[in-house]
Amino acid sequence: MKLNERSLAFYATCDSPADNAGFLYKRGERHTAYHRRWFVLKGNMLFYFEEPDSREPVGVIVLEGCNVELCDSAEGFAFAIRFGGAKSRTYVLAAESQAAMESWVKSLSRASFDYMRLVVRELEKQLQEMSRGLAGGCGGSREPPGPWKPKPSGLEQSRERLPALPAIVPKENGCAVWNNVLGARDRLPDTSGCGGHDEEGNPRPPPLPPRRRVSSGEAASAGAAVAESPSTFCRLHEQYSREVARLRQDWQQRRRGPRP
Amino acid sequence: LPRVPAVLKKRLVKLVVNFLFYFRTDEAEPIGALLLEHCKITKEEENVFSISFIEEPERKYCFECATEEQCQEWVEALRRASYEFLRRSLIFYRNEIQKMTGKDPLEQYGISEEARFQLATQRQ
Repeated sequence: MKLNERSLAFYATCDSPADNAGFLYKRGERHTAYHRRWFVLKGNMLFYFEEPDSREPVGVIVLEGCNVELCDSAEGFAFAIRFGGAKSRTYVLAAESQAAMESWVKSLSRASFDYMRLVVRELEKQLQEMSRGLAGGCGGSREPPGPWKPKPSGLEQSRERLPALPAIVPKENGCAVWNNVLGARDRLPDTSGCGGHDEEGNPRPPPLPPRRRVSSGEAASAGAAVAESPSTFCRLHEQYSREVARLRQDWQQRRRGPRP
Repeated sequence: LPRVPAVLKKRLVKLVVNFLFYFRTDEAEPIGALLLEHCKITKEEENVFSISFIEEPERKYCFECATEEQCQEWVEALRRASYEFLRRSLIFYRNEIQKMTGKDPLEQYGISEEARFQLATQRQ
């Protein structure tokens, strides 16, 4: 499968800051020896080079639909990036210290585009609720833009489950739960000065990209999409729906709340 | 959605996270993919848009759509497709919420110190 390799190499080597970088040992494909490589994590792309100053990466692992796990391997500080799917491979890496291993596992677990999108949507929703709350609130008196009235603690607790989300987030359906239950998404108030300017300077916060189906069976070099196991999805689906039901309840209660 | 080098070729195009995959219309495996980072999406003439990359700006990947409306949809979607765009959005929302509430919204998830959520100047 063709890839715009020059663009990939550019992304890997340009001076945009990396989310993590360092030496790791990578096990060869046929369970052979480990090779020491310089790894650079940018976004959802894990590049690896021969040396820190190499001009081109040796390879790249696309971190979508994967699971990052610790290994109980004889080699210390080992962890694995595991992809589902028949043709997919598991990448076994080893760090040089406990701290490095933990740092890598943490940053790789949260590297997927899907995870980022999840967090963005969550914040978008919070912002929406806040704007609605401020706008539709008191008639006469205007609340100063100070600390937000704390949400009921039940909500906070349910929110804290979010970081426990594994790297595998069901792509389509996980997102659909948020969308469908919360109803049609309002447009956010026009936020100028948004840092999210693209080259053409569109200031609006991102609406949802077109619903997408994950294409399966990509070449290993481009990573692999995962067919979610039904049990994982059902568990997450249930978790989401409970959370959303609670959110909805709170929101409705607040709507019916006393008006000054 | 056709793809136009010098010759018009009909392709099925799929946007998946920050990749644009393209297929021959009757095949299940993509012919190729474009990573959509550091790229510029340009609206060209009617029904046509192009993608070019920062390191090779003269080289344009052109796409002709069935309708102008479809073309606009794609342009908007592709401009928001990069991971870096998503990251900037997150940082923006984080700052907005912090300004409004005085609280960092990422704290409740325990991820406020993660490098990936910091402004570029604060990372590495």
